[in-house]
Amino acid sequence: MERDNHQEGEAQGVKICDPPSESNPAADTLATSLSLLGNHMFPDSVERNERLGVNREVPADSLLSDVTAEESSLDAETPSNQIMKPETECQDNVSTQPAADRGTEDSAIDNDQSNSEEFVVTMLAKAKLEEQGLGVKGRSSPLLEAGNQESPAFMSHRDEDVTADSWRAHRKHVFVLSEAGKPIYSRYGSEEALSSTMGVMMALVSFVQSGDNIIRSVYSEEHTVVFLQKGPLVLVCVSSSRQSEQQLRAELLYVYYQIISMLTQASISRIFEHKKNYDLRRLLAGSEKILDGLLNMVDSDPSFLLAAVHCLPLASSLRDSLSQILQKAITPNLVFSILIAKNQLLTIVQEKTVIEDTRLEPTDIHLLLNLIGASSAFQAGEIWTPICLPLFNPDCYFYAYISYLDPPECTVCLLLLSTDKEAFYAVADCKRKIEEAMVAQNSLSLIAKAQSYSVSQVGVSDLRHFMYKPFDVPDNYRQLTQFTSPEMEAPYSSEEEKMRLLDLYRYMHSRIHSTSRPLKLIYHVAERETLLAWVTSKFELYTCFSPLVTKACAITAITKLLRWIKKEEDRLFIRYPPKYSTTPNPSKSSRGGKSDQQDSTDNGFLSLL
Amino acid sequence: MGESLPRVPRGSQHPSNTLSRPVQTLRVKMVLLGSSGVGKSSLALRFGKDQFKSSSPTVGCAYLTQVVHLNDVTLRFEIWDTAGQEKYHSVTPLYYRGAHAALLVYDISKKETFIRAQVWLKELERHYVPGSTVIWLVGNKGDLTEDRQVSAQEAQSLANEKGLSFTETSALSGDQVTELLQALAHRVYECIGAQQGGLSEWREPSLVTLHHKDTSNPLASCCKVGP
Ligand SMILES: Nc1nc2c(ncn2[C@@H]2O[C@H](COP(=O)(O)OP(=O)(O)OP(=O)(O)O)[C@@H](O)[C@H]2O)c(=O)[nH]1
Ligand SMILES: [Mg+2]
Repeated sequence: MERDNHQEGEAQGVKICDPPSESNPAADTLATSLSLLGNHMFPDSVERNERLGVNREVPADSLLSDVTAEESSLDAETPSNQIMKPETECQDNVSTQPAADRGTEDSAIDNDQSNSEEFVVTMLAKAKLEEQGLGVKGRSSPLLEAGNQESPAFMSHRDEDVTADSWRAHRKHVFVLSEAGKPIYSRYGSEEALSSTMGVMMALVSFVQSGDNIIRSVYSEEHTVVFLQKGPLVLVCVSSSRQSEQQLRAELLYVYYQIISMLTQASISRIFEHKKNYDLRRLLAGSEKILDGLLNMVDSDPSFLLAAVHCLPLASSLRDSLSQILQKAITPNLVFSILIAKNQLLTIVQEKTVIEDTRLEPTDIHLLLNLIGASSAFQAGEIWTPICLPLFNPDCYFYAYISYLDPPECTVCLLLLSTDKEAFYAVADCKRKIEEAMVAQNSLSLIAKAQSYSVSQVGVSDLRHFMYKPFDVPDNYRQLTQFTSPEMEAPYSSEEEKMRLLDLYRYMHSRIHSTSRPLKLIYHVAERETLLAWVTSKFELYTCFSPLVTKACAITAITKLLRWIKKEEDRLFIRYPPKYSTTPNPSKSSRGGKSDQQDSTDNGFLSLL
Repeated sequence: MGESLPRVPRGSQHPSNTLSRPVQTLRVKMVLLGSSGVGKSSLALRFGKDQFKSSSPTVGCAYLTQVVHLNDVTLRFEIWDTAGQEKYHSVTPLYYRGAHAALLVYDISKKETFIRAQVWLKELERHYVPGSTVIWLVGNKGDLTEDRQVSAQEAQSLANEKGLSFTETSALSGDQVTELLQALAHRVYECIGAQQGGLSEWREPSLVTLHHKDTSNPLASCCKVGP
C-alpha cells in the first residue's frame, strides 16, 4: 500500500541550493563525507554498497552541476524526480502537468567510490570506536565548570546506546549542532556519544558552505536527511518516515523556534559571535525534555503539520463568558491571557496596542503549549518564567505566568503573558480575580463537560475522520489560524493506527503542498481507507473514508460535512479573539502600531543574556 | 499550597484563630537556590504537602506559599523555587532579590553541586548586607549515603566559616525537612522579624471576596498547588 508507493517514488540524492560551483577536488570530499554519513547512520548500506546521489537544486538553465562523478549527474538533471507517484491513485486534480516519471536509470549508476572506499571504511571504523567508548555513558560532562549537571533522573532516551541497532531504527532522528560542529541536541542517545556522527554531518555542511552552497537534503533508499541552517545553528533530521523534505524542514524549524523560545535569537547570536565554539548545551541542559516533548507532539499532533491551532469545542456563550472574565482581569503590561483545557485552547484574549500589527502565530502557541506540558506547574502551583515567542519577536522575552485552576485534576490551565518581569504579584492577582469569577459562574464544571466531538455527530456515513482548516477571511483576518478535527476513533484507536492515519494525512499534505507540482484535489485510494484532500481559497480539508466509498459518495459527503461545519462554526472555533487594553492611555492604540509596539518593548521587554 | 493542609487555611486565619489570641502574620520571602536536580522542587513539595514525587526540571521559577506557626506569630513563607538550569541564571536575581531567607541546596552525592552552592553564596554575599538574609546550607539526598561525595563535616565547616546554618535533608524520605522549615522560621523571626522594617505584615489582598470564595468552594483555597 502506501509504503510501497512511497518507496517507488523515492529519490536518492543530495539537493543543494546553489550557484553552481566548479570544485572538483572538493567534490570528492563531499562524496566521501556523504558516504561516511550514510554508512555511519545506516551501516547496512555499506555492505550493499548503496548509492548515494548528489542532487542540486540548480537554476533551470545551468545544466549539469559538476559535483564530480557520475553519481550526481542524473538526479541533478531531473529535479522533479522527488515526486511520488502512488499507483492506486486517481487524480481529480487541476494540475495538468504529467507526473514526471522518474525513470529507473537515475538510480542505475553505481557510486564508484573505489578511491575513497578505503578511507571511508577506516574513518567509519574510527568513528565507531570512539562511540563505543562513549556509548552508554550518558552525559558526564567535563564541560560544566561549576557542576551544573543534569541529574540521571531526568534522562530519558539520553542514555541510549548509540551503537545499537535499535538506535538506528528510530523513525526520526533529530540533531542540533553548532556551526563549529559542537553537538547541541540529539533526540536519541546522548550528544556526546554522537559527537563523531555530528562531526561528520558538520563536515558535510561546512564543505558545502565553503562552495557557497547550502546543503539541503540527502536521500537514500530508506532515509531522508534534511539540513536546516539557522544562524549559528545547524539542524539535521534523519527520517525514515517518508515525509516530504518540506515537512521535515518545517519540523526542524519548530525545534529551532523552541530553542529560541528559551534563549532568544539575539542571545544565541551574541554567544556565538563571542565564542565560536561555545558549548550551547550549557544553556540547554535540562531542556532536552522540552525538545523531546516537542518532537513527540510534532509526530502525533496534526496541529504542527497544519500550522494551525486546535481549540476545544465550546458553546459560544460559554466561550464568550470566559473571554469576558479574562478581559476584566488585567494589569499593566499584560499582553495575552490564554485559557487552556485538556491541552487545547479555550480562549485567548490579547492586548490591543501591543498586538496592533501582529497576530499571535500558531507556532508560538504550540511552543507555549509544549512548554506548559513540560513545566511542573501542576506540582508547583504558580510558575513565573521568561519565554520568547519567536514569531512575535525572536529577540525579546515575555514573562509567562502559568497556573492550573482546577487542582488536583489540573486540566484547566491559565497562561498570562506580561512584558514586565516584575509583574508577578500583579499578574498572580489577575489569576485570583479570574478564579473568583469562574467560581461565581461555575465555569470549571462547564468546562469539564466540554470535549472533543465524534465524527458520528456529523452524520455522514463512511466518513471516518477529517481535518478542516479555514483560511482567514478578510473581515476577521487578525484571527488565529485554527483547524477542527474530531476525535480519532476506531479503527484509529491504537497508537499505531493513529500514526498510520497521520502518515496518510502527511502524505496527502505533502502532495497538496508540493513545491514542484502542487495539487488542489487528491482522491487517494489506500489499502484500508480512501482519502480525499481538497484545498480552496477558503479552506484546506483532509478527509478519511472507509475504503468502500465511491468517488461520488465522497463528494456528497464532503458537501454535507462542509454544511455541518458551517452550522457548528461558532462552537468549533474561536470566532473573534477578544481584546483588552492595559495601557493607561488608550489613544496610543491608534494605527501606527509598529512604533507603539516599540515603546512597550523598550520599557517592558528585557533581554536577559 | 500548604494552606490546604490541616494547618490554618489561607485567608481565614483571623476567623479560625481564637479571637482571644489574634496572631500576626508576617511575610517571609524565601528563595531556593542550587544546581539543577539537587532536589529544590522536591524539598518545596515536602514543605508544602509532605509528599515526594519525581518531578521534571523547573521551568523558570515556581512560586508557592507555606504557612508556619510559631508561638506568637505566624509566618507566611513565599517560596521562590528557582530553576537550577544555567539558562535561567540570568533571571535568578529577579527571584532572590529582597529574600529574607535563602536555601543553598546541594546534592550530597554530587561534589560539583556543593561547589555550585558556594558560587551562589558568593553571589548572594555580593548583593546583601550581612544579617538581612538568613542563609541556610542544605545538603539534600541524605538518603544516598553510599554515593556520598560531600561529607557532613566538610559542609559544616564551610557553614561555620561563612556563618551559615547547615542541615542535611532527604526530600525522598522526608528526613529533617519539616525540622528544617521550623528551624528556619525561628531563625528568620529572631534575626529579621524584630528588626526595624524587617518583615512586613501580610494582609489578604481582598478579604471579603476571598471569604466568599472560601465558603462557596472549598477547593478554591488550595488552588495554588496541584496534586
Ligand atoms: N534519592 C533522592 N532523590 C531525590 C531527593 N530529592 C529529589 N530527588 C530526585 O532528584 C531529581 C531532581 O529533583 P528536583 O526536585 O526536580 O530538582 P530541582 O533542584 O528542583 O531541579 P531544577 O528544577 O532543575 O533546578 C528528581 O528525580 C527527584 O526525584 C532526595 O532527597 N533523595
Ligand atoms: Mg525544580
